[in-house]
Amino acid sequence: MDTGELKRQWVGKTFDTVSFEIEAETMLQFALACGEELPRYTDPEDPDFQAVPNYTSCFHGTRTLPEGFPMNMEESFDGGKCVEWKAPIRAGDTITAQSHLHDVYEKTGRSGGMVFIVHRMQFTNQNQKLVAVVDWKMIRKTG
Amino acid sequence: MTILQYQDLEFGDELPEVTPDVSMPTIRRFGEASGMTYWRFTDHEKARAAGLPGAIVPGIMSQGILVALIHRWAPSATVHKIDTIFRAPLDVDSQPVCRGVVTDMNDETKTIEIDLTICNETGETRVLGTAVVELP
Repeated sequence: MDTGELKRQWVGKTFDTVSFEIEAETMLQFALACGEELPRYTDPEDPDFQAVPNYTSCFHGTRTLPEGFPMNMEESFDGGKCVEWKAPIRAGDTITAQSHLHDVYEKTGRSGGMVFIVHRMQFTNQNQKLVAVVDWKMIRKTG
Repeated sequence: MTILQYQDLEFGDELPEVTPDVSMPTIRRFGEASGMTYWRFTDHEKARAAGLPGAIVPGIMSQGILVALIHRWAPSATVHKIDTIFRAPLDVDSQPVCRGVVTDMNDETKTIEIDLTICNETGETRVLGTAVVELP
């Protein structure tokens, strides 16, 4: 697998767009299950009520990799998630998520080579304001 | 100890440990809210049949637990970024421990970096991460 070629061919191209309606009850239950105690995350009557900062990490698009990408999900494992919070998500918001591959790179460790594929979702609200960026690393062993 | 302002902090400060609730009812509550209702999270028997030690805590719930750890310690904090690695499964109905330590401080922006871990009962690190946090 030539990671340089993969990068040139696939990185930066949007391959999926989905929208989500944000509901207060779902935001609330997510926060409570994680042990949140602050009213701005746990009280829908709070004037600053909003989703917890990593709320967008639970959203998925219609596909994980671009059509035709030479790898499938069954060949990879989860390398972790990084969430950058940009602005509050409120109940009633319509959030649009666009997916692209942000990076493809290779590392070699004691157990052999690994290719890292970074799937990025950028979330904007109904006012086109960027509210979050979520990077999901998928790892495939190559050696 | 609760932190209210950046000036209250020192490099190396440790966040108070928390034992989060990862009982099955709470995992199912999270599953309903997040769409993570797969059997590997919500059914011990099916998870064992598939070779797991039992049902496992969803990775993004572990991430949320770490965000809550920060908020409990510093209620006025803004978590700008949290990066987590799910190193190994965290068991549902176990008694994990969450910890954090301040590893970097920026006086100009009043932001800090926190190294975070979730360990199981035997002290093995199952989830690790870093967060970038701003304080007033």
